[in-house]
Amino acid sequence: MDIKKTPKKLNVKEKYRLMTRDLAWEPSYRDEKEIYPYVDYEGIKVHDWSKWEDPFRLTMDAYWKYQAEKERKYYAIIDAHAQNNGHLNVTDARYLTAIKLFLQSISPGEYASHRGFARVGREFAGVGPQVACQMQSIDEIRHAQTQVHAMSNYNKFYNGFKDFANQRDRIWYTSVARSFFDDAMSAGPFEFLIAIGFSFEYVLTNLLFVPFMSGAAYNGDMATCTFGFSAQSDEARHMTLGLECIKFMLEQDPDNIPIVQKWIDKWFWRGCRLLTLVAAMMDYMLPKRVMSWREAWNIYGVENGNALFRDLARYGIKPPMHWDDVEKSIDHTSHQIMLGLYQWKFGTAFHSWTPTASDIEWLKEKYPTTFEKYYLPRWEYAIAQKENGGEYNNFGLPKLCQVCQLPTLFTEPDDPTQLCHRETDYEGEKYHFCSDGCQHVFEQEPEKYVQAWLPMTAMMQEPLKGDLAAWMEWVSLEPTAAGEYANSEDKANFEKWRKQVSTD
Amino acid sequence: MQIDVQTVNIEQKNQTFSHLKKRFGDKKIPSRYQEASYDLQAEENLHYRPTWAPEQELYDPNLSKIRMNDWYDLKDPRQFYYSTYTLNRAKQQETMESNFKTVESLNLIEGMPDPVLAVAQDLLIPLRHANYAANMNNTLVCGYGYGTVFTQPCVYHAMDNLGIAQYLSRLGLMIGDVESLEAAKQDWMDSDAWQPLRRSLEDLMCVRDPVEVFIKQNFVLDGLLYPLVYQRIVDQNLVEQGGSGISILTQFMTNWYLESKRWVDSVIKTMASESAENKAVLEEWIDSAANHFTSVLLPVAGLAVAGNQADELVSEAHDELLQRAKKAGLFK
Amino acid sequence: MSKVFIILQANEETRSIVEAIEQDNPDAEVVHEPAMVKVQAEGHLVVRRETIEEEIGREFDMQELNINLITLSGNVDEDEDALTLTWNS
Repeated sequence: MDIKKTPKKLNVKEKYRLMTRDLAWEPSYRDEKEIYPYVDYEGIKVHDWSKWEDPFRLTMDAYWKYQAEKERKYYAIIDAHAQNNGHLNVTDARYLTAIKLFLQSISPGEYASHRGFARVGREFAGVGPQVACQMQSIDEIRHAQTQVHAMSNYNKFYNGFKDFANQRDRIWYTSVARSFFDDAMSAGPFEFLIAIGFSFEYVLTNLLFVPFMSGAAYNGDMATCTFGFSAQSDEARHMTLGLECIKFMLEQDPDNIPIVQKWIDKWFWRGCRLLTLVAAMMDYMLPKRVMSWREAWNIYGVENGNALFRDLARYGIKPPMHWDDVEKSIDHTSHQIMLGLYQWKFGTAFHSWTPTASDIEWLKEKYPTTFEKYYLPRWEYAIAQKENGGEYNNFGLPKLCQVCQLPTLFTEPDDPTQLCHRETDYEGEKYHFCSDGCQHVFEQEPEKYVQAWLPMTAMMQEPLKGDLAAWMEWVSLEPTAAGEYANSEDKANFEKWRKQVSTD
Repeated sequence: MQIDVQTVNIEQKNQTFSHLKKRFGDKKIPSRYQEASYDLQAEENLHYRPTWAPEQELYDPNLSKIRMNDWYDLKDPRQFYYSTYTLNRAKQQETMESNFKTVESLNLIEGMPDPVLAVAQDLLIPLRHANYAANMNNTLVCGYGYGTVFTQPCVYHAMDNLGIAQYLSRLGLMIGDVESLEAAKQDWMDSDAWQPLRRSLEDLMCVRDPVEVFIKQNFVLDGLLYPLVYQRIVDQNLVEQGGSGISILTQFMTNWYLESKRWVDSVIKTMASESAENKAVLEEWIDSAANHFTSVLLPVAGLAVAGNQADELVSEAHDELLQRAKKAGLFK
Repeated sequence: MSKVFIILQANEETRSIVEAIEQDNPDAEVVHEPAMVKVQAEGHLVVRRETIEEEIGREFDMQELNINLITLSGNVDEDEDALTLTWNS
């Protein structure tokens, strides 16, 4: 070898190859199967790991440099937000429900992704995807942490934030998000990547982060908007990883196509069910709206999703199986979820409310074919009950779907007046589902979904045995954190502090 | 309407989140490290068992022989969470960038004596593959370990190892272009000096007890390798022979080792003080691995120094490691 | 044809980047929303380093885009000179 040779200038691709790909070696003392024991069992065939394409070629020096710059900007904003009582800049305190739900449900999902990506970053047998997944793992812990830090300041002044850790594991509605991430983590490495990297990040994350965070900014919450957009800049890398991963699997072997298709069908549906919570956040919980869930879906779901699946058609991949059912549900789900949350508001660590007159006008305009016809009458009934000094509550326990864990409150795709309910018998037990999509997911892998922890069942068993007060203590639910927004301490305090500010 | 809210004094409802209050009380506002680390991992009511290993839980403390009553006792004394970690590394990276520029602009590599360059090539460049193994091993600990304060620093450590592998690659490109990396890989795969280490790392990559991997990689192997290679061979031998330029380009590694060993030692100390059983397990792992890796590193040291001196340097490193173990409460 | 897009945070730094993208993609459409700006085009969009450098009057590393990037859509190809987004259909 010729030492002191003048180095050629390497281009980015070549440099990245040398700095990552070239680090690994083919083991000769141990069998690859001992080092990567989980890479085969899902049936995905990989003939050549080196065919993996790295979309963004970040070496660690560049990673540290640019991420540090993002971090400096981010913490400058949340420090200022904390020092200047930035929480009083939000449009009104109803908005806080959206970010409580976010902290309780989505941030733990970020954390789960962090751990899941560390696992697949170790289990894949090729250095390209290993490094890409490791980078995503470290990004995901960033997201969980920046979210906790942003919420920490809200926690100082409002109810419903402080018990997020316990509620993540115990309260009923957080089980929706956690079962989604637990499902992905308990799957094999390739399915995990399709679940989180492709279906969630590529197809759905734009719906969560882009219009909602733009909405946060519009509602004066710069802390949330900043973590949202700052996280989303990492997501651009993650989405690209998800897309590269799916192309890689499809190109490696034709036998992979039906397996990948099955996962796309499953995870698209799982993701869409999870996002019904975001639909309610967008349509009901942002006091000032940027766009409706329907509008967001049209841009980031339909337009973007169609483009993607047209692109993947060359591999023989079809759009997800229950796409049409999702499309039919878009004008309904936010209303159904919000009505559900409102009637079970005694059991949620956030407040809900009936829409105001101007909310109703907006909802009518955005949902001309459904809101007035199907949902306004139910809201009017709830409003009338309040006006007569009553309260619209449903003290019956919701029946939860065995798969998505949402209450079975959705309607038939073709008949919005009929509640949708499906059942499957498996090994002598009856299991309940909210939809054909969830029933289908169950029937592909019943031995997995029978294990699901169901919070309502747990409430009826030892040691709680149906005692509501004992349950509230077990899930750390204080009465001040739950119930109607209009009567809440959060509202009273927010208005008092705001008044103090404007008279000073 | 933009309102002037800075002047209002309003009373706080909560000092902190409940899980932090339970751990640390609420007299003090918790640090961002505490908020970012404690109790972030799901603990109970996990939904499904892993399809890849149905006998395990999704987060399973029993994957290790080490038992902790509370895994959150294993805090990182550096208090690294993503932001502090990244800002620290970005600062070090800036220094390294200017070090690379200095070495380049002063033509320090070209002016270096051939024997020094030969050592850099033969000893340092193949190590980038060892760093890749360390990256994989730490990724495993992060993925399968228990409790965020223990697992979080491991993903940082994994990325650091990737970073080190990349600094070594840049050094290789400076001293011999792409051919340097090719020759180093050839050595790693075939030359006698490297085979014991490569074999040991392949063996370690088959271990699935996350704490065992942590101990053998981060405490034992790194605890021998960095004092031997960077502190002694590079910073002393090579510098004496006119190789300061090399030492400038491995500054990150030297500082990184000094910084991260505080964390590794503190984890071991806490685990050892938890129970006699833990202590016995740790001693067994460390004792066998320390002897094993000492012999593995002997031919590696031989690439830089003559046989007798190699023996001496390796046994110094071994003694230093056992001193650290003693300070952490082991072998007493 | 399908639309590709890139969304950036709306701030001083990205003003010039967006202007550069507009120059290189005369058919692209620019949409402003709260705190963000979206640039979209049919099938193909390119972000060129040289044009950005002319706009900002200094050297620009394509990876700097990461700092203000919110999201994108399309197959990505990035090297030191350009980032290209395409759909194949």
